[in-house]
Amino acid sequence: MFQVAVTAMVYRIETAAVQSLIEVLHQQNYSVLGPTLRDGSIVYDELHDASDLPMGWTEEQRPGYYRIRKRNDEALFGFTLGPHSWKKFLFPSISKLFSASRNAKGFNVLKDKAEPKGGTKPLAFFGVRPCELHAIEIQDKVFASGDYKDPQYNNVRAQVFIVAVNCSHPAETCFCSSMGTGPGVEGQYDLALTEIIDEKQHFFLIEAGSPKGEQVLENIQHHPAEGNEVSKGEDVVRTAASNMKRTLDTRGIKELLYENAEHPEWEKVGARCLSCANCTLVCPTCFCNTVEDSTDLGGTEATRTRKWDSCFTLDFSYIHGGNIRTSTKARYRQWMTHKLASWIDQFGTSGCVGCGRCITWCPVGIDITDETRVIRDNNGSA
Amino acid sequence: MTFEHEVATKVAVPDGLPMAPRPFVIRRTRRETYDTFTLELESTIKTKPFSFAPGQFNMVYVFGVGEVPISISGDPDNMDKLLHTARAVGTVTKRMSALGKGDVLGIRGPFGAAWPLAEAKGKDVVIVAGGIGLPPLRPSIYSIMRNRGEYGRVCLLYGARTPSDILFPREMETWRKKHGIDVFITVDRSMKGWKGNVGVVTTLIPKATIDPLNTLAMIVGPEVMMRFSALELLKRGIDPATIYVSMERNMKCGIGLCGHCQFGPHFICKDGPVFPYNRIKELLMKREI
Amino acid sequence: METLEPIITSHPFFKDLDKKYITLVTGCASNVRFDGGKFIFREGEEAHQFYLIRQGKVAIEIFTPDRGHIVIETLDEGNILGWSWLIPPYQWHFDARALEATRAIALDGKCLRKKCEEDHDFGYEFLKRFAHIMEQRLAASRIQLLDLYDVRT
Repeated sequence: MFQVAVTAMVYRIETAAVQSLIEVLHQQNYSVLGPTLRDGSIVYDELHDASDLPMGWTEEQRPGYYRIRKRNDEALFGFTLGPHSWKKFLFPSISKLFSASRNAKGFNVLKDKAEPKGGTKPLAFFGVRPCELHAIEIQDKVFASGDYKDPQYNNVRAQVFIVAVNCSHPAETCFCSSMGTGPGVEGQYDLALTEIIDEKQHFFLIEAGSPKGEQVLENIQHHPAEGNEVSKGEDVVRTAASNMKRTLDTRGIKELLYENAEHPEWEKVGARCLSCANCTLVCPTCFCNTVEDSTDLGGTEATRTRKWDSCFTLDFSYIHGGNIRTSTKARYRQWMTHKLASWIDQFGTSGCVGCGRCITWCPVGIDITDETRVIRDNNGSA
Repeated sequence: MTFEHEVATKVAVPDGLPMAPRPFVIRRTRRETYDTFTLELESTIKTKPFSFAPGQFNMVYVFGVGEVPISISGDPDNMDKLLHTARAVGTVTKRMSALGKGDVLGIRGPFGAAWPLAEAKGKDVVIVAGGIGLPPLRPSIYSIMRNRGEYGRVCLLYGARTPSDILFPREMETWRKKHGIDVFITVDRSMKGWKGNVGVVTTLIPKATIDPLNTLAMIVGPEVMMRFSALELLKRGIDPATIYVSMERNMKCGIGLCGHCQFGPHFICKDGPVFPYNRIKELLMKREI
Repeated sequence: METLEPIITSHPFFKDLDKKYITLVTGCASNVRFDGGKFIFREGEEAHQFYLIRQGKVAIEIFTPDRGHIVIETLDEGNILGWSWLIPPYQWHFDARALEATRAIALDGKCLRKKCEEDHDFGYEFLKRFAHIMEQRLAASRIQLLDLYDVRT
């Protein structure tokens, strides 16, 4: 893919230019996707214009708790993260892998119908948080870096335009600082925004991270940011970092979890865990999936569908005649050990970006940072 | 001395769709036992012969019904026909067992790591098979027979459930008589008229005619059987670094993208199914991993 | 008469056993052979011997009225057959039948029992070796019980 600009110029754009940005992306044939308010939460969906953004809204997040509430300003990105992540666009929860039809010689795979739908119009992700940028890069490693690449993922991914947004409001459940994934934007993006808002002013800083980004930037009104404006942007990230209270100590985490596979904490957390799979659904890196084969009623056309799956289901570990992970304890251990430890062996990176969604959306408020802490504090107590 | 594990042969993905099967025609079917059968398949694309390494598996697709991982049981040097031996136990394999000559199946593969046959050269080889674990080892046996001079003593220890579950009995006789392979067979449960051994396959290990200090072992069977077999081999003084096992877990994709077959940090489908015992022995002792 | 001592000494069961004990054991040993199909011992009979199988194959069986002989396991060259002579009430629990012409060394259990009682060092050594065999047979039987190759549904 593209290179990150080493010393990107920082520009100032006015709040109204956010609308221009969306328009330019539309003009360049992008389907613009971003945060919007729906059903009491901030989700990612089609943005028709800037008014679709959740202006003046924020959320309150705690373990097992998520509520949106009004802010007393008109911030466009005054919230943190909702339940959705960008993976739903790159790796849809349900997708057709191929269809095939019977013929005299057996069957043949229908190529035309196997093309991913997303391949037609490129996607622009508008408002990608730093942790999510890392999450996308992690899924790139899974789907786009191994011996076998996922063609659907790659077709969509190759054309994605990313507008990242520096984090200003870490939620109580956030711990990206610990995972090295935020709150400042780094990595592969096309444009990066920083929202500056206080009683006196409301504007954005913008940087291009790629030639594609520069080209879009050229089409909206911008001018070089002044020194004090740039430092206001740096303050936003610094304040966000210092406001982040939750931590996860990652020192030697792989060995820690491998060596503590029999830790008594697994039993305890297994007793609380409902095996509901919420954490794997909201996780921006969880990639496990299953396939279903079916035919039409006539039995002449067959389809293979891929669906998100979760290591929290019993069926996930099914082998003829039985299941490997029958206890919830084993399933939680699998999930957390995979996320924080075996992922490192598999893909050379942690599978966790510290977005905190698994904490917020867990119905019983299980906290991956607490679980790690308990295991670390009683290391080897098994 | 340790042996480098043979890595998976990379497979060209047809038409950039790694999840789409290639049609193969059934040329012959053979009933091996009351619940086990062998299908002899041929690619419908004549220009693309099927090549694989012993120990690899395919994802076998029955049109509209589903897809299952099945090890390849044929001769790796005969690229014209692809052999799969399976037990009719699940939805897909039951349907497969009902297919006949001329029917078409879908194949994706071959996938996974192979048996370390190159490393076994110059050594004695002990092959321990339990139940339906024999078919995944047959390609290795074919390969060894073809290059018989390059291996020392070769010993097959095979445990079946009952005498009527014994796979490839006539072939094993040929291996014994014509190819200098010592074949020991035992059954867990005897039947009238059975004059052979009764007892679990591990009881055959002390009989293996091998030099433990220069032996490579390959084991396939249920996990418990593999654990105990490895233990017996170790008791005989075989270096754990020369013991290999073939693992089984749920597989949906065969290419490391679905996450189902994880075994600790390993994806059975691409890091295995064949593993050096040393690499996974701790995991074998962990429950519900 | 040619002594059985070299054969006994070279058998793994007696590996590293003190020379004086080997002599003692040899004193209780005799050569035996069984034709194929012949019982070596039967359930309920007094157990006063055990055997080192030198050649052939022996089935440990049990007889059931409805199913006839059920073979539980087979033993052959190098295996030890029988331990009921060591444990009261010194009665065989199963049948042992030669499946083919079988040669073995029979060891007099009564004689050895007495010697074990008289010399506990010898008794301990002997029991330890039998415990090893029992452990192996028990482990094998347990795995056999699992019926590992059955289709689970």
